[in-house]
Amino acid sequence: MSSQTATRPLVDEGLVKAMIIASMAWFLISLMGGFFFSLQFLQAYPFPKTELLSPGRVRLIHTNLIAYGFLVNGLLAGLTWAIPRLTGRPLLFNRFSWLLFWVWQAIVLLTFTGLLAGHAQALEWGETPTGFRPGAFNLTDMTWAPVDILVVIGFLLVSINYYTPIILSKSKAMYVSLWYFSAGFVWTALTYVMGNFFPEYFLPGASGAAVTGLFIHDLVGLFVTPMGWGLMYYFVPLILKKPIWSHGLSLIGFWALAFFYPLNGVHHFLWSPIPMYAQYGAVISTIAVEVVVTTVVVNFFATIVGSGQFLRDNLPIRWFYTAMIFYFTTCLQCAVQVTLTVQKIIHFTDWVVGHSHLIMFGVFGFWILGVMVHLWPKLTGNEWYNPRLNHWHFWLTAVGMFIMFWDLIIAGLIQGYEWQALAPWEQSLISSTPFWLVRTISGTMIIVGQFIFAYNMWMTARGARSRLYVTAPQAA
Amino acid sequence: MERFSTVFLIAGVAFFGVSVFVMAWMPFVHMRDIPYQPLEQVSQEMIPEFAQLAEMFPDAFKRYYPAGVTPVSYAKALRLGRDIYVAEACWHCHSQYVRPVSNESIRFGPVSVAAEYANALEFPQLFGTRRVGPDLIREHGKHTNDWHVAHFWNPPDIAPTSVMPRYPWFYEAAPTEAEPDRYVLNERGIAIITFVQWLGSWLEEYPATLYNLNAAGAR
Ligand code: HEC
Repeated sequence: MSSQTATRPLVDEGLVKAMIIASMAWFLISLMGGFFFSLQFLQAYPFPKTELLSPGRVRLIHTNLIAYGFLVNGLLAGLTWAIPRLTGRPLLFNRFSWLLFWVWQAIVLLTFTGLLAGHAQALEWGETPTGFRPGAFNLTDMTWAPVDILVVIGFLLVSINYYTPIILSKSKAMYVSLWYFSAGFVWTALTYVMGNFFPEYFLPGASGAAVTGLFIHDLVGLFVTPMGWGLMYYFVPLILKKPIWSHGLSLIGFWALAFFYPLNGVHHFLWSPIPMYAQYGAVISTIAVEVVVTTVVVNFFATIVGSGQFLRDNLPIRWFYTAMIFYFTTCLQCAVQVTLTVQKIIHFTDWVVGHSHLIMFGVFGFWILGVMVHLWPKLTGNEWYNPRLNHWHFWLTAVGMFIMFWDLIIAGLIQGYEWQALAPWEQSLISSTPFWLVRTISGTMIIVGQFIFAYNMWMTARGARSRLYVTAPQAA
Repeated sequence: MERFSTVFLIAGVAFFGVSVFVMAWMPFVHMRDIPYQPLEQVSQEMIPEFAQLAEMFPDAFKRYYPAGVTPVSYAKALRLGRDIYVAEACWHCHSQYVRPVSNESIRFGPVSVAAEYANALEFPQLFGTRRVGPDLIREHGKHTNDWHVAHFWNPPDIAPTSVMPRYPWFYEAAPTEAEPDRYVLNERGIAIITFVQWLGSWLEEYPATLYNLNAAGAR
């Protein structure tokens, strides 16, 4: 597969493999964090007296490892595989890519230990420790490794590494995946600098909140989303063995996303002391994003028309398209929940938690898992140890996610209406308990699915073959 | 077409710039004239609860806040309290702003305004995006120090359905069999209660809310 250039292979497959392993490892740790935190809601937290495992800190582990451990590593694995193939050129760095990889894992590890040791930064999705006293940038006053700065340097080097082959690419017209990737590389470092430094050192109070909202949103919208869609535009036509339905539509989808998505930020703090015009603007552009998303989703579903059997026979395609249905669901939900009327009820409730799980895991997480299912046999050179386990993985995860989403949505509505009705706070806790129980159970389904998958990956890498499939090889 | 990647570079930065202008720069300019209060200024006016904590735990207080009940100690406690509030992710279970909707001004108190956040203790702000527990920006005086001391030790002791974690590391000594009500706070315990009691203490008068409408002591 990998065509050789004179000096080195086009794709460093070992690196892709290492990234997938790292992604999976952080993912499992993060899931355990989420699981333990959910037990707190059932008054059954297993380590109530251990300071380092205080439930709040464990919650920070859950989100930060998902973002910087699971998603970043998983997306970069896909990019490392796809970009050289799309451009015909290897990444800029050879050995240095490996160094970057290890430095990135060190950054995640520093975040992990820093959060547990109580060095969180008060910025949602960017709790990665600043290393400095809050509000002050004073070299003599360091409290922890300056993870924020390391992340920015890391992102910049990664961007240079992956952007160079795109710039040097000989082909005249760029494929849509590469639009998304290049835009994503430009945005990520900007987003991180804006979101982690300005509210921390320059913008107190409400004006800092506006930037924080922008950061929460842009991290999803300007890093994860473009990378994720770029990978879909690459893998889906490849597996289906046919071109994407409409090139024009993908053009519209891209440019509209690039324009409207960044304007959504303030919708995370609606009805807050941030000036209302910014809030109105955010609401309107959020609704506009829904239109954009529809074009992209239509494009992909038009592509699969006539190839429906892939949904049954091809597991990666099933992951990809399930996630696209979830994507459409979340975006439709977004257009509704962002209105100031709906916000009155659902803001601050579990509705939002359900929404973010569906988008971060149900969409981007699913895509990454699909890419892993697709690439792992190629990377290890072995057939799947037991393809049936992969089906268990899919169904446990997808059904678990579906249940968790609806469970939290309903819980959110109940909480919101009870608060509005001025019921005592205890009442909202009592009403939520059954939903929190279902949340833990559905989460457990997801976790079991991932451990099954990790086991299958491990056995596949070892070259093992389940006895079932040695006797019945055609089953795959 | 030849330089397509350059187009993306420029367009990417430009779109990003537009969003920062509208979503960040404009609100910033709009609120620029609100005077910012550094910690030294915030700590000038001490809440009575701070002095009361010094009385309740004289030994511990003297050890950790040797300057006594002064603005210096108060500033130290507020700063540390905020740090703990961030580190323990209290802000992921409690919000810090009252919205003008959903009857929140009846439940919590007056609707929040931007000027309340232009100070060193809301830098970065602690608005929060989730309410597992109630909003805390009007927390001042809602409960007594005693209540908080018992609550942080084990919230379900006070509110049986509470899902708030317990924080035994805010205490120097656990209550014993012989003296089940004797909690001794440590430096962090004094700090977090000072910080929580500070929230909303800048209001001119104590607001009438659901808490004092429901017979006193209901919670
Ligand atoms: C898992 C979510 C959670 C975390 C984390 C959490 N709390 Fe709570 N908190 C609650 C819930 C639920 C209640 C309401 C029940 C009760 O009074 O215990 C509450 C109540 C409170 C109250 C009483 C509010 C009132 O007006 O009656 C205060 C004060 C408080 N929490 C402070 C804190 C502080 C400070 C921290 C961090 C050290 C913290 N909480 C962490 C969930 C949480």
